[in-house]
Amino acid sequence: MYGGPVKIFGAELAHPVVNGSGTFDALAARRVFGEQLDARFPFAAYVSKTITLEPRPGNPPPRLWELGQGMINSIGLPNKGLARFIEEDLPAYAMLPAPLIVSVMGFSGDELAAAVEALGERSEILAFELNFSCPNVETGNIVGSSPEETAAMTSLLRGRTEKPLIAKLSPSSARPDQIALAAEQAGANAVSLINTLPGMAVDPSGGGPWLGGGGGGMSGPAVRPVALAQVSRVAEAVEIPVIGMGGVSCGRDAREMLDAGATLVGVGTENFRDPAAGERILAELRELNQSSVERK
Amino acid sequence: MTQACVTAPFGRRSAPVRSIERSGPYTFLRALDAAGPKPRAGQFYMLQTARGWGGGDDGRPYLPRALSFARVEQVNGGLELTYFLESVGPGTARLAACATGEELLIAGPFGNGFDLDRTRPPVLVAGGVGLAPIVALDDKIRKTDGARSTVLVGMRDGERAAAITKFGVECGIATEDGSAGHAGYVTALLERELEDGHDSTVYACGPPAMLEAVRALCSEREVPCQLALESGMACGYGACYGCVVPTVDGYARLCVDGPVLPGDKLETAIVKGAGH
Repeated sequence: MYGGPVKIFGAELAHPVVNGSGTFDALAARRVFGEQLDARFPFAAYVSKTITLEPRPGNPPPRLWELGQGMINSIGLPNKGLARFIEEDLPAYAMLPAPLIVSVMGFSGDELAAAVEALGERSEILAFELNFSCPNVETGNIVGSSPEETAAMTSLLRGRTEKPLIAKLSPSSARPDQIALAAEQAGANAVSLINTLPGMAVDPSGGGPWLGGGGGGMSGPAVRPVALAQVSRVAEAVEIPVIGMGGVSCGRDAREMLDAGATLVGVGTENFRDPAAGERILAELRELNQSSVERK
Repeated sequence: MTQACVTAPFGRRSAPVRSIERSGPYTFLRALDAAGPKPRAGQFYMLQTARGWGGGDDGRPYLPRALSFARVEQVNGGLELTYFLESVGPGTARLAACATGEELLIAGPFGNGFDLDRTRPPVLVAGGVGLAPIVALDDKIRKTDGARSTVLVGMRDGERAAAITKFGVECGIATEDGSAGHAGYVTALLERELEDGHDSTVYACGPPAMLEAVRALCSEREVPCQLALESGMACGYGACYGCVVPTVDGYARLCVDGPVLPGDKLETAIVKGAGH
């Protein structure tokens, strides 16, 4: 039975569809779509855009490059910083009709620990996602590519909060299962993958990189086979739940991610093409229970 | 600026193409929006075709395309939205190749739109497909409010200038090849217009170089201006953070903080990646 309630982190989620961090700004969406957003909130839990201790403006434009089956982004984690997040955004996120998972990133263990500690007592927050794998910041993939670094960082944070920790893994590792295992052994309660794949686009007018940040992160249907392979490999290796994402655009894609071993399915880039993608994908997933749909 | 209080229906919805008309390199695409609210001039929609979106140049398009509406009319069954576009890439090529009756998926209206200052005479400046939101604003001023406006339109050549007639907009025309109206840029017409008095507000949409010339001209003469900018955009509703332009207050997302920005918030309207 696909699309039913899921028990995770001591909570029961209404269904398995969540968003990928940084692909749905629920506060902007509420301003744009009004109260309908609450009534039709498309995710069973909401994952915030990544926050950092200090504010970040993000990368200079251009930030986007379109591909035939996806895109490359160079956003660079713009955010208002921890203090303003707590003051301005957290109360608004708490009003959402879905539990909140806060994505955090730090340029050092101390930075991450400070963020997790400052937020650790907040009852609005169900869990933390530790972004060990953003390709758009210099240090992004360093932790996420090394089992030792992942274990050290996870274990440092494990000591600072009681809340569930989700390690967001990099797809750039040749052995994602080892990274996931390292996170699990260090006390992570779940892993999520994949983050975007490092990519680059060349300026069509000649020469250098198109994107303001130089390189970027590739996402969309083009990366889905990579995601399935890694989710499947990781799910076999660890006991903790896996949040699987990467190019999921329809109910069948979501089912394949669940079949690969994911407990929750993340929808990311498809949100850009369809603001209600989460709602549609859940409905399509549930429809698959009625009939066995063959691959076109 | 006051923000638009138009709330978009959540998600995307089907909008059948009611008619498609070509004028030189331009296409007038009219679609029926049965469920959306009346948009505000300068707001935009994200458009894609329900079928065959992809498979063009490099396999694209993949993402929907942001297009301002040019005209909105109440018709039987909803609103008829007119989009004005030129095929310049795989997305606009696919939209321009639509057939009557074909299904579009649209989301919107998004963005702030122009903030019309009724205490100052409006001067509207358009360049190329930037004519779309200028027609919408002129309709609002002349047809809805019954007020006066000055409209100045720049086009590359006479073939493109012919499309202005189809909208029935009274305006001063400039063409770069001199085949219609003033030979040169539309900003020459604006410069002349602003000589007569400085009590106007300028509203403009067009290519980055034109917007920058308008911004600099207005800044010099201390004339307030509102510029409708364009940028590559993935989502249209604040999710992706991809459409930012630098402003004096930091990066602004054109989809939710714009696409209309006051000229005095910009140091330049020329931003790499904008205008396509």
